[in-house]
Amino acid sequence: MKMIGMEGAHAVAEAVKLADTEVIAAYPITPQTHIVERLAEMVANGELDAEYIPVESEHSAMSACLGSSATGVRTFTATAGPGLELMHEVVYIASSMRLPIVMAVTNRALSAPLSVWGDHSDAMAVRDCSWIQMFAENGQQAFDLTLCAFRIGEDPNVLFPVMVHMDGFHVSHVVEPLFLLEKKQVDKFLPPYHRPYSLDPGRPATLGAFAVPVIFSEVKKSQSEAFASTKPAILQAWKEFGDISGRYYQPVEQYKSEDAKVLLLMMGSFGETAMVAVDELRQRGEKVGLIRLRLWRPFPFEELRQAVGNAEILIVLDRCISFGGPPGPLCSEVKAALYSLEKRPKVVGFIGGLGGRDISVEQFREMVARGREAVARGGEEETQMIGVR
Amino acid sequence: MSAKRKETDLTWRDIDIGAVITDAGNAIEYKTGDWRSERPVLNKERCIKCGICYIYCPEGCIRQNNEGYFAADPYYCKGCGICARECWTQAIKMVPEEE
Repeated sequence: MKMIGMEGAHAVAEAVKLADTEVIAAYPITPQTHIVERLAEMVANGELDAEYIPVESEHSAMSACLGSSATGVRTFTATAGPGLELMHEVVYIASSMRLPIVMAVTNRALSAPLSVWGDHSDAMAVRDCSWIQMFAENGQQAFDLTLCAFRIGEDPNVLFPVMVHMDGFHVSHVVEPLFLLEKKQVDKFLPPYHRPYSLDPGRPATLGAFAVPVIFSEVKKSQSEAFASTKPAILQAWKEFGDISGRYYQPVEQYKSEDAKVLLLMMGSFGETAMVAVDELRQRGEKVGLIRLRLWRPFPFEELRQAVGNAEILIVLDRCISFGGPPGPLCSEVKAALYSLEKRPKVVGFIGGLGGRDISVEQFREMVARGREAVARGGEEETQMIGVR
Repeated sequence: MSAKRKETDLTWRDIDIGAVITDAGNAIEYKTGDWRSERPVLNKERCIKCGICYIYCPEGCIRQNNEGYFAADPYYCKGCGICARECWTQAIKMVPEEE
């Protein structure tokens, strides 16, 4: 397959097309619009044989996806920021009913003030919804992970919906050199979706029923156990995807981290800028490395513990504020994951990149320096903002 | 979830994918009578066996007995009082459960 130049949003649409998606129900919202706009064109032009349902809101988009996926049909939607908030109720229903809908989320800040630009506030608001969630760093990964999302979600041992997060504009709107896949490669990787309890008049079943207190806890325990056991299918799908594409994904991806004393950790597109900062610091002889969570849910506890094992300082960058709580949600989860380790790095948290603000290579170097100072002063300090006046 | 076992006997391992219910009509197992704070009591002397209570009962729990009277099944009756309200001859009276 030859390299082409393509916008991240359009690469996601190509993945949805290659997957022979049968139903797309979506409402346009910046910065996701280019995904569903391109899909609408594909359907209108006869390139993709799918039902395209232009719904009146995101709540309706996810509701339509529920019905579609429940019939055993491959289903896709995309949203961003406020759109994800509007569908919030139904997001939980989709996963609790074990419907493997795939949703691209071009991460966007939440109002007010109104911002169409990127941060992770929207992703963090759906943290606990039992969707498998992964973060793409660039357009290539957005394409790859979207294809993997169908394969993982529809696996009979999984049957959970999957969100592919990608930073609004930084990934969705940037034209990048990337590789698509041949249709026959995709067909081999992605078998048809078969639902064990699909809506079928010949075999009646009640989906999404009412549950009284005497049974609700058992249902949630069952959901929690099933969700926690999805990891092998995720790893298997990523391995097989690597075998056909040459691009292998890991729950926790490491860059020059093996001997690093200071590690940067983040999710999303800023990982690429951080990589440049790591290269520069390495050239100066500083043992700095980078860790990126590719898989956010289920949280990769073991992989993270192994990846940070020998570092002295772990600097976590959040693109979201949790007001009045531990300020960075990613940082607080990382800290919680490391709490049981006897030997663990000091964790220093930063918040930055809110509402589309860039973080420069220089600011990553500043974070490393401030992290060292904080630890030299005696420890793990409260999360600070970076790049704020 | 199967209706063949009581809800209180099911463990999390018995829950089907997405808590789907595969036995049609298993709501018949579901006891709603314990929601009730008042129960309908029939005065047979006033009852004309017209069946208006049977028609209006939203739970569908009223049946005609061998004597021709209509009576609510206490396993399902939620005590809403619609039968008492609709009864043409005021033959049904709602009585607090504690009485």
